[in-house]
Amino acid sequence: MRSAPTATSFPLVPKIVPLAEAVAGLVRDGDTVALEGFTHLIPFAAGHEIIRQRRRDLTLVRMTPDLIYDQLIGAGCAAKLVFSWGGNPGVGSLHRMRDALANAWPAPLAIEEHSHAGMANRYVAGASGLPFAVLRGYAGTDLPQHTPTISVVTCPFTGEELAAVRALNPDVGIVHAQRADRRGNVQLWGIVGVQKEVVLASRRALVTVEEIVDELTPVPGAVVLPHWVVDTIAVVPGGAAPSYAQGYYDRDNAAYRVWDAISRDRGAFRRWLAEVAA
Amino acid sequence: MITPDELMSVTAARALRDGQVCFVGIGLPSTAANLARRLHAPDLVLIYESGTLDTRPDELPLSIGDGGLATSALTVISVPEVFNYWLQPGRIDVGFLSGAQIDRFGNLNTTVIGEYDEPVVRLPGAGGAPEIAASCREVVVVMRQRARAFVEQVDFVTSVGFGTGPDDRELLGLRGRGPTRVITDLGVLEPDPEAKELVLTSVHEGVSVEEVRAQTGWELQVSADLGVTAPPTEAELAALRSMTTVGS
Repeated sequence: MRSAPTATSFPLVPKIVPLAEAVAGLVRDGDTVALEGFTHLIPFAAGHEIIRQRRRDLTLVRMTPDLIYDQLIGAGCAAKLVFSWGGNPGVGSLHRMRDALANAWPAPLAIEEHSHAGMANRYVAGASGLPFAVLRGYAGTDLPQHTPTISVVTCPFTGEELAAVRALNPDVGIVHAQRADRRGNVQLWGIVGVQKEVVLASRRALVTVEEIVDELTPVPGAVVLPHWVVDTIAVVPGGAAPSYAQGYYDRDNAAYRVWDAISRDRGAFRRWLAEVAA
Repeated sequence: MITPDELMSVTAARALRDGQVCFVGIGLPSTAANLARRLHAPDLVLIYESGTLDTRPDELPLSIGDGGLATSALTVISVPEVFNYWLQPGRIDVGFLSGAQIDRFGNLNTTVIGEYDEPVVRLPGAGGAPEIAASCREVVVVMRQRARAFVEQVDFVTSVGFGTGPDDRELLGLRGRGPTRVITDLGVLEPDPEAKELVLTSVHEGVSVEEVRAQTGWELQVSADLGVTAPPTEAELAALRSMTTVGS
């Protein structure tokens, strides 16, 4: 296992293993885990495997805790949520997250709340091996009063006061990508979000991919994660559904709408959970 | 029959000028920006926070990260780049925002109704809004006008308008001008040039000042040259109604 960012023990070649083995090997109870993917390439299959393996007391980190974190929270995997926008995009609220916050069901949920700019910069700092990031942000808002990882720093050159946010270095970073080659180099394209940053910021990294290919032919705008920064790869075709994988399949918009009804009702959610856990 | 959302979308679209660079959120702002692009502003540049730069979707997206936004974009950039290289240094002309609450100084709340630790309603949170409010050259707010939403003071300041008064933006180091207009289903509010308090500058056709005041939680001031919003034209409505949303 590698540790960000100065370790010398990077794996020479990531292990390509089944998803269950990948999650069992990398995700432990009590870990800080970041599943990223900004609307696109959301690692749903990996999240569902965490639910099946009944991981507990996780600190879940994600800029946009949408359906996948609503599911993990409802399944009782989370003790804390670190985030910047929690909703069902284009549809409405996250009812499992709300139930956990308001009623501690199925478990109490602590929160640490940022803006998108703050979260993105926390990953950048983590990936860069720095203890914090600097940005123009949060000034005049009520967020710093409630979030201890937001502070103020004075520029040593101009004297200007700027926001400082603490670096994020999750124990495990999990992303989904279109493909990897046999050496374990990973390639993703389209909306690439903060996937590069979360993989580089995390102590261990799991990537699920649509397929393994002999050669990664260049794609405009693609991000390549070299094999030595990825610990484990699992081949999971459709692993981002009901989000989408550009070039492979479209977003299942109906599933996002259906989730609203499932998540509103504990009974409906329990039935959903029983199917996923089976 | 023109719906309140259609009226707000058309009024918001008119607020955009051709060639401007516009930071777009999902829902009504996205509708308005894409409508403007089909009408008077074909060279309007749309940026969604997912990193799609100068995107020209055929259909309205359901989320800010739809595939159609990426494939029709000039380029797609990472999320840190969106905020650090484009928004923060002031490379965006107009940002669209909304909220569950707005107050007389244009501050917005998308975090909680009630106390933070024991809220009456937990809202989605900040997303990109605080830095959009801080750094876009100007901000246009679009939201339905109801007394419970237009309040004397927001329960939580997620995004700063003018803080507590005319000097706050400068004191806080916020570089953009702040909200320049608030477009509602009843009319348009704009900040008073000196006091920065939101003032009613236009009512939509058939709406009385009393109706707007009844849906405003502070003692709403009315501009001396109060206008009436020009109703949507046939062309505007036809363009608006011809736009379809992904997956519907």
